[in-house]
Parts: sequence; structure tokens; C-alpha cells
Amino acid sequence: MQQDMENFDFSDKLNVKELKLKNPQNLQKMNLCATIADALDIALKTDPSSVIFGEDVKFGGVFRCTQGLNEKYGTDRVFNTPLSEQGIAGFAIGLASSGANAIAEIQFADYIFPAFDQIVNEAAKYRYRSGNEFDCGKLTFRSPSGAVGHGALYHSQSPEAYFAHTPGLITVVPRSPVQAKGLLLSSIRNNNPVLFFEPKILYRIAEEEVPVEDYEIPLMKAEVLKEGTDLTIISWGTQLRQVRMAVAMAEKEFDVSCEIIDLRTIFPYDEETVLQSVKKTGKCIVTHEAPISGGFGAELAAKIQEKCFLHLEAPVRRVCGYDTPFPLVFETFYLPDRFKILEAIKETVKY
Amino acid sequence: MKSLARKTLVSTGSRSFASTVTLNIPEFELHRLDKSQMPKQATTNKDELMSYFKRMSVMRRTEIVADNLYKSKMIRGFCHLYDGQEAIAEGMEAALTYEDAIITAYRDHCQAICRGDTPYRVLAEMVQKRTGSSAGKGGSMHYYNSKNNFYGGNGIVGAQLPVGTGLAFALKYQGKPNVAVSMYGDGAANQGQLYEAANMAALWKLPMIYVCENNLYGMGTSNERASHNTKFYTRGDLIPGFKIDGQNILVVREAMRWAKEYCVKGNGPLFIEFITYRYHGHSMSDPGITYRTREEINEVRAKRDPIEIVRKLLLENSWAQESELKDIEKKIRADIDADVEKLKLDPEPNAEDLYSHVGIGKHYIRGVEYKLSQLDY
Repeated sequence: MQQDMENFDFSDKLNVKELKLKNPQNLQKMNLCATIADALDIALKTDPSSVIFGEDVKFGGVFRCTQGLNEKYGTDRVFNTPLSEQGIAGFAIGLASSGANAIAEIQFADYIFPAFDQIVNEAAKYRYRSGNEFDCGKLTFRSPSGAVGHGALYHSQSPEAYFAHTPGLITVVPRSPVQAKGLLLSSIRNNNPVLFFEPKILYRIAEEEVPVEDYEIPLMKAEVLKEGTDLTIISWGTQLRQVRMAVAMAEKEFDVSCEIIDLRTIFPYDEETVLQSVKKTGKCIVTHEAPISGGFGAELAAKIQEKCFLHLEAPVRRVCGYDTPFPLVFETFYLPDRFKILEAIKETVKY
Repeated sequence: MKSLARKTLVSTGSRSFASTVTLNIPEFELHRLDKSQMPKQATTNKDELMSYFKRMSVMRRTEIVADNLYKSKMIRGFCHLYDGQEAIAEGMEAALTYEDAIITAYRDHCQAICRGDTPYRVLAEMVQKRTGSSAGKGGSMHYYNSKNNFYGGNGIVGAQLPVGTGLAFALKYQGKPNVAVSMYGDGAANQGQLYEAANMAALWKLPMIYVCENNLYGMGTSNERASHNTKFYTRGDLIPGFKIDGQNILVVREAMRWAKEYCVKGNGPLFIEFITYRYHGHSMSDPGITYRTREEINEVRAKRDPIEIVRKLLLENSWAQESELKDIEKKIRADIDADVEKLKLDPEPNAEDLYSHVGIGKHYIRGVEYKLSQLDY
């Protein structure tokens, strides 16, 4: 999977307008991991109330995304916690509700489940149940998620749909370093609890020219990565790379024009952009790594058939992981790779 | 064995013809237990020590081979090695039977071996072969043995502790004279689910032993930086506990023997803290020397190595020649090397293994190709 990606050009044209860049010439080549560290550095620099904590983050964390921050900002602001996810989450909520900008790391998204109660029952509902007396909007959870090539059952899952099922939370998945920096800064500064899932396979392999300045990318706003006329493909995170490779093959192989949408914020998502695109093309594929049943693709498909029924020329197709635990040796079979997407494109276009 | 227990001798230095040797156990650190009831001595003999030496050497070699296979990219992903801690796995097993249940975390290769698995199957699982212990579907963190009551490794820190408590409940419910043992590290000691489970175990007086393998570091953080109370054996509140050296197999064995007896009598759960050390880092991505010094590691290797302790006892008592022990190690090395050459050629799991065992009953899953789709699992 990694090797396939290395030979394909995934670079985006810098969206100076959306990023509202002041110095679009001032760029630096960075990978996803480095941009996360850069965004966190900016967050610590620009907001003296912001603190970062999690398991081993003081030394940079297991993926080195917080490297150097402890040396720069001290142990009061960048510190280790015990291995206690529920504790980290509860602590983060209390900290955020008392006004600090709490940036918590859950070492792997697969470990977020011990903290599920605190996130879903406490963080998400704090504002609502207190009649806006309290909230923990200054809370952001960062967590590496998704396939990594060899992670097996407990280091590969993509749990975004679980959290997308909870009003009160914002769930974000970036696709690239430029996106990650802007989206993470928005997430940290957004006044709602945000779950920010970082596609860990991209930490090292996704590298591009990233603006050095402080910029934000709006949440709850999807991006049309490529315009097209015959078919809309919606995805997020690493999976967009598979989509781009599949689309390149499809457009080369047969006469089809695909529109690609990066949802970016999984929930609450940008309905307008999605529906507008599907109304235009009349056909839609949704693809994600998480298992197909009850995945966020199901929600999108339901919404699309409800709102675009008379525009649709084919059933909305989902290309997703299988309904199995995330397998070890079978990862490549499990993943909805570019060939599965290509097959879906073919079938949907010819429907 | 009976015939060997004729003569008992306290260590004095000259004992070449004795058939057993008795050693003093260092003092236990106790929590809500009385000193007078704790074991004070351990007696052993040549046969026992030779068998400990062999099995711990097999464990050590398996882990070293796993390390090499990982470095040569035959093993991918997440892998946690046990070398340095062998005396706990082996010492526990020496005091328990396969009727007693064990569940542990992700540092589980050696528990699998102790519970009757072979290095072949253990290594084959790590390199994802169909001949592996879990048919190549679990990998390094997932070994199980239902026949010998090994309820496996577990990938989520602390998640095995409530499960183990359920095993203890079942043993009590079925009226069996056995215990359940949940193993965890000093890092996992800060997971809330331990205390939820321990409360139930105490409330219902379950035959449950919580074994904390304190290797001093939870991932990259030393335990005084992560735990307010580093006396892990006291953290069951009203539940009794003790702390003792986990590097000497005889000490571990006697401690476990005593603990099992205590729990089976209906006294309720117990917390044990074994002080130990892992030579490798937390996992393969941790070099293990950024948060501790090489000197510290070397000192444990020199003074507290579980295999060296047994070797020394064998040599001191003239129960084995140095060359004999070296030969045993060489043989183990050759056997495991041969295993590796063989298992490299083993098949990977079949395509349908991807869909099998998700649940029971019909469960349609579309395969990579339609004809590979599974209708029957």
C-alpha cells in the first residue's frame, strides 16, 4: 500500500484563498507528523492557556508528533499522563471546562474506547445539559487512526463513525499535511469538543510544501478536490489517496469524469457541498476504511437518497472495509483499495 | 521426585552431593498480611532447576529470534518482548496447574510457551503463518490455549483484568479448587477497570490473583512519574497484597504457591507485585534507552538475570557442568533456528480465513472477487 502511494503525485494546489494566507510564498517542506507538531507549537505560542498531555507526549509521543514541545514550553504545558485513557479524557474535560485549551492525545484511536463514556456522555453533552452554563469547547482530542500496513486488530481501526453518532462532538480527519495544520488549528480554536483523527500511515509518507504561517481551515466544510461531471466520490483521510489513484485509472481507461470530495469534517458534515455535487453528477460512491455496516458512508448514502432521489441515476455505492475485525495478514484484502473503487466506478457509471 | 527430597541442606557453599538445596526467601513487603504466615524458604533439586533452566532459555531464545525476525521485517507491526521477565512466567507455572486460569496483556509470547505452546507455533503466529498459535490471525499480541486455560494476550492496556475476574467467578461458581490469574504491568495499574474489577472480586471473595509485573517503566515513563502510589501491591485498598522479587524463579514459585492456597481457601482476591525488568524497550519502536541508561540494563543483566540465577545454582551445587548448560543453550538455539527456517515456508492463512470466525451463523461478506465471497460463516 505504502509503495503504491509513493509513486503517485497527491500534491494539492495551495488554496491561498481558503487558507487566507498572508505569505503564500513562505513554504517549508514538511511531512504530516511535522505539521502536527508545527500546529501544536503555534497553538501553544498563540494561546497561553493551551496545554498538551497524553501518554509519553513529553518525549514526543510514540509517533514523535510532539517532539521538542516540552523543551520549548516546559512540563507545565506539555506533560505525560499515566496509561489511563478514561482518566485522560475526564481530566481533559474538567480542564477545558475551567477555561484552559486542553489538547489531549490518545496514543492510538483503538485505545479511545476506555474513554468512550467520558467523551460521549460527558464532553458531548456538557453544554446541553447545563443549559450553556458550562461547556468543554476548548477540548481537542488528537488520535492516530486508520490502517498502517501491519497494525492488526488494535492499531488500525477508524472509529470516526462511533463519534459521528454523537451530537455535540465534531469529528475531523485530515488528508494531507497542509490540511492537517489548518484543520488542527481550527479544531483547537473551535469552541466545541473536537476529535481529530490523524491517518497515521501518512505521518511520514505524506510530505508537501506547507505554509509556515499560522492559518486555519474551516471545520464543517467539505472540499471539492477535483471537479467532474459523471460521478461524485466522497471520502476522507488516507482513503482519498486510493480514490485519486482509482479516478486516475478510470479516467484514463474509459471516458468518465469524476468529482472527488474530501469531507474533512465527518460530523457535522457539509451537506450542501455533498448534495450539490450529487445533484450535478447523479451518481455517487462513498468510500472509507472502517467496516461498511453502520459506517459513516451509510449516513451519507441515506441522506443522499433522501435529498437527491430524483437526481440519482444509480444506487449510491459504498466501498468500505469488510464487516470483520481489522485483520492482520489480510489487511490488503480488507482495505477498500483503488481496484475495488475502480470496479465500483465502472459498475456505477454503467448502471 | 519423592526420592530426591531425602536430604535438605541450607546453602553453605559446599554441597556437591546433596540432592536438594534450600534457600532463604527475602522478606516480603506486606499489605494487610501477617509476616508469620508467609513462606520463608524454597527447596529445590537438580531436576527442577534443569527444567527451569531449559524452559527459560527457550523463552529467552524465542524472544531474541523474534527480535531478529522483526528487524528483518518478517514480523511486522506491534511486538513486545519478555526477555528479562522469564522467572515470573515460569515461576507462576511451577506453582499452578493448567486447571488454574491465566490471562495477560500483550507481552504474552512466554506465557503461551509456559501454557504448553511451542516456539514454532509462537513464532509462526508472529510471522502470520497458518501454522501459528492463532492460525496467523492474531499476531504477536494474541495467543490462546483453551485446553490449558490460557485466556490469552490482550491488546488493550488493562482490559484483561475484568475478564480475569470473570474467570475467577466461574471457578468459584463451578466449585473448582483453582485460581484465576490476571497479569498486568505497572503502567496498566493506573487503568480504572482494575479497581472496578477488584471491588467485585473482593465483594464476592473470588479466587483471583492480580499479578503486577512491575518492570519499572510503563512504556517510556518510569513508575514514580506515572503513579502516585508506586506500592502496587497496596493498591487494592482493603485487599491484601505483597511485593517480592520477580527475578528469582524459586521466590516467584513459593509466592505463587502460597497465594494460590490463600485464594482457594475462600479468602478472596490478592494483589501480588513482582519486581522485574524488561531488557528490550516497551515495543519494537522503543529502543529502550531514552528513558533509562544502558548501565541500568547491564546491571540487571549482570546481577539479577533470571536464567543466570538458575545457572549459578546449578553450578554451585555441582548439578551441572558449565559446558553442559552451554550445550543445552546451543541445542535450543539450533532447534529454534531450524523451526524458523521451516516456518518461513509455511502457508499464510487462506482467503476465507479473512471472513471466518467473525461470529457464528450465516454472515455474508463480499470478497475481493465474488467467488471468494463467504456465505457460510
